[in-house]
Amino acid sequence: MGISLRGTLGLASAVAALTLGTGTAIADEEAELVVNEEIEMVVRAEAPDHLADTLDTIYSGWVFRSDETQALQADDFDNPGFVFVDVAMDAWNAADGAAGKSCADCHNDPMDSMVGVRAVYPKWNDEAGELRTLEMQINACRTGQMEAEEWKYDGSDMVNMTALISVPSRGLPVNVAYDGPAQEYWEMGKELYYTRTGQLELACANCHEDHYGDMIRADHLSQGQINGFPVYRLKNAKLNSAHARFKGCIRDTRAHTYKPGSAEFVALELYVATRGNGLSVEAPSVRN
Amino acid sequence: MKQAVVGAIALMASTVTVQAAETVPGDVDYGEYGEVQQSLTGAPGDSEAGREVVSNRALGNCVACHAAEALVDVPWHGEIGPVLDGAGSRWSEAELRGIVANAKMMFEGTMMPAFYKTEGFTRAGDAYTGDPAPEDLPPILTAQQVEDVVAYLMTLTDE
Repeated sequence: MGISLRGTLGLASAVAALTLGTGTAIADEEAELVVNEEIEMVVRAEAPDHLADTLDTIYSGWVFRSDETQALQADDFDNPGFVFVDVAMDAWNAADGAAGKSCADCHNDPMDSMVGVRAVYPKWNDEAGELRTLEMQINACRTGQMEAEEWKYDGSDMVNMTALISVPSRGLPVNVAYDGPAQEYWEMGKELYYTRTGQLELACANCHEDHYGDMIRADHLSQGQINGFPVYRLKNAKLNSAHARFKGCIRDTRAHTYKPGSAEFVALELYVATRGNGLSVEAPSVRN
Repeated sequence: MKQAVVGAIALMASTVTVQAAETVPGDVDYGEYGEVQQSLTGAPGDSEAGREVVSNRALGNCVACHAAEALVDVPWHGEIGPVLDGAGSRWSEAELRGIVANAKMMFEGTMMPAFYKTEGFTRAGDAYTGDPAPEDLPPILTAQQVEDVVAYLMTLTDE
């Protein structure tokens, strides 16, 4: 299964897009992503070892988007996701909770202190004896250090904060570990990835492993990589967490979905993240 | 009043007749290769209505995965499954009925959803709500819609 457009329909659409300049769903699949003329993103990489029998190359979802959507991510002034990063920066500096502390009181400037963090989550936490997503770590900080209320797992406060924390990792390779105590969660996530759910009986793999690069009605199927999450979606004009996207995808198989923050989605996030080991952290990315 | 009662009885009788002739999803008789000989409604389908089911996102949405030159007026055809043009020459009516009702009976492991099936799912939902499926989960397409799609596909013959 390759990435190039196949069949006369794809060719016809591509020609139409070129001719008319509509640039609808057809992307320049050879394009390179350099953000702010500075951060060189790896949008294509050799598949990680655990996928060696399945894929040769892994691709960022950016590769599959239209020229216009691709361009929005090339400059932070054009990237609408940065409106929400600014909102999160205010939250970062604001004291909250009984301890009267802000994030900044312990972590100073996130552009220094959070470098590399996004790239390694979800991550096993030895002290807590649990696998933590970035959201879980933020809530652990809020309740433990700040004595503040937990944020809703996929609420706007949370997703905006995960975007802010991702910014200083942009361009670094995703490098999520799945050995040791994380392995059983990884296996569970893998199982979910290949489970055909809902009345449509579709697994993640049906679309994102077997048919990436193909059109499914007006959608250009990607590999479902999450290196760009949270993503700003043109569709709903806000930042979207990986779990919210998982939920939408599974809902669209006519299935009873799992909840954001559930053990199932934490495991799935771990597994899907490791399918993207080697791609750059892009968040906040822009997608349709 | 009398006429109304007679009308109501006639309506009930016709409803009963339709139900008696219609095969419910659990009773579909798949042949050795996944074909289904008998019409699910006991009658031929309507190919014009079938064209709508094939094209409409809220109905069969077949073009989400299958392209067809015969449906050039319908925007955005998918590239997942085989093109539909010529399906009426490549397959018999019984085979097309089996493929639409539950393609997995013919092609093990196929990505194609079963459009006339109501059980045996993992985490079945209530359409696209994300909520759990109701007890009486309906098939994606009705028996009539399946027959209409089959009738339409039978018109897609090679020249």
